[in-house]
This record gives sequence, C-alpha cells and structure tokens, in this order.
Amino acid sequence: MRELSLNILDIAQNAVSAAATLVAIDIIEDTEKGEMLVQISDNGKGMTPAQTKKAADPFYTTRITRKVGMGIPLFKMAAEMTGGSFSLISKMNTGTKITALFKTQSVDFPPLGDMGSTVATLIAMNTHMDFKYRHEVDTKEFILHTPDLKQMLGEVPLSDPTVFEWIKEYIIEQTLAIKTEGSDDTPAQDNSNERND
Amino acid sequence: MKTIEELNAIREKAKADMTVREDNAEVIRVVVGMATCGIAAGARPVLTGFIEEVARRKLTNIAVSQTGCIGMCQYEPIVEVIEQGKEKVTYVRMTAERVARIVNDHLVNGNIVTEFTVGAIAK
Repeated sequence: MRELSLNILDIAQNAVSAAATLVAIDIIEDTEKGEMLVQISDNGKGMTPAQTKKAADPFYTTRITRKVGMGIPLFKMAAEMTGGSFSLISKMNTGTKITALFKTQSVDFPPLGDMGSTVATLIAMNTHMDFKYRHEVDTKEFILHTPDLKQMLGEVPLSDPTVFEWIKEYIIEQTLAIKTEGSDDTPAQDNSNERND
Repeated sequence: MKTIEELNAIREKAKADMTVREDNAEVIRVVVGMATCGIAAGARPVLTGFIEEVARRKLTNIAVSQTGCIGMCQYEPIVEVIEQGKEKVTYVRMTAERVARIVNDHLVNGNIVTEFTVGAIAK
C-alpha cells in the first residue's frame, strides 16, 4: 500500500463484513515522541480466539475466491517496519479492535495520505452504518461523527455525491488545521455546537 | 472552512434533485472491487473518480457502489457496469484517468469502451 489511509480503508472494510453498525477510526499523533497510533474498532461479530490468532497470517482467510488474506498482515508489517507495534483484540459478538503504532521518524514510515477520500468512501459506501473518525495531533483534535451528519441531512443519504465531496474537503481542511503549529486561535475545534451529547 | 451547518444547504438542494431522480427508472450500477487487492492496485481513486464525475455531470441514473474480491486480483482495479437487460461489462486495470472516458462513452452514450474490458486483455 502506498499510504496508510489505504490500509485503514482496507482494514475498516473488514468491520463492514463483520456486520458492525459502528466503526471508530482514531489517529493519535504525538509529535514529541515521534509516534502515530492508528486504531480501528468495530462492534461487529468478532472472531474466535483461533481466528484472532490466525488473522495476521497471510495464508489464512475466510474468503473463498482465493487462498490468501493480505489486509491485516500488510497493516501489521507496515507498523512493525517502522519499529512500532501491532495488536488485535477480538471478542465474539462484541467486536474487534486493531491498534498499530508507528514510529514517525523511521525511513519506513509511510505517509498517512488522503484520509478525506478514505473516510468519505467508507461513509458513502456503507450508509447503513455509523462511523466516528477522530484525528488528534498533540493537543488538537477534530471528530467527524456520522449521526451528526445524518441529523443535519435528514432524508438525504450520506451517499449523495455533494455530501461525499463535503466530507472529503472537511477532513482535508480540519487535518490541516490541527497540524498547523502555534496559536490556539486556529479554528481546529470540531463540530461540537448543536450537539446534545 | 467548511462547517457542519453547510449540510443544511446541501440538504435543501439534494431534496430538489431527488424528486428528479425518482422519475428515472433505469439505473445503471457501477460496482468497484474494494478488497485488499483492489485497494492496493488503486481502486480508491477510481471509485472517488466515478462519484465525482457523476456529480460533475449531474447524472441522476447512476449508482456507484463497491464489492469485495471478484477473484481476478491480477486485473484489479476492476469495475463492473450492470444495466438492466444487458450483459454485464467488466473493465480491468482501471485508472482514475480512464473514468471520464467510461462515463462519457459508456454510461452516457451507451458505447462500451472495448479496449479497457477484460475481453481485450484475457487473450
């Protein structure tokens, strides 16, 4: 994979196949430590302990079209190549949580890439599900939560092409804002107005 | 900066477009393979390319969706065009650059872009 956002798209598709109704994607960057944590968790059907053990093995797959399953092994390898780590926790009928830690100073650290396209694609292609995307860089963060979008959009589906463009652009802008160094008057806050949680 | 409030305006506009869409019974389905093989080969820009091109040209009778591994990983990214009453067309080794041509020639004008289909490659 050329960029991490493609691995994230791929791993999040597993949650879709696991009949999850909610997928959370968290990216937590600590620039001082030179670390980036990527966590993808879902409330899908989960895996048995035996399946969990084998999930990082490329020669294990549940699909029938071919004999290899590269999604998780590729993501694990990407993290470990930077000197980071990988973990997979899964519980039957509860969900799965995948965590990968990247050392950002490593020459093997791939760029995060276009998260706008990844998140917009996941949302548009799985309108029956909810997604929560959170990106934190040091003390700044932003959150995109599909129930908030659904509330604003009413009967208009999240797959609407204009909505797709909006999500993509919104994430690109917000990512840029939290990455901008210095003053706190950068409008990096999330969409927390009008919410009732 | 984009704000979540903008979605209200999008909602109003999309509602108006939706009433137009309901009159359009014949929907063409564009299905992009989005398994690991597809994504690694470059399926994401192909998928987003279709969504954006369909939006740009305001085509209301086209539904873009995704599927898993189609089983021909070496030909990814793969795109299938499914139209009621017609044989399925499979485009292989797709790129974002090829999207506009397929939308124009095939989806709008009904002419299959034969040179990009699986039939042109598997010889």
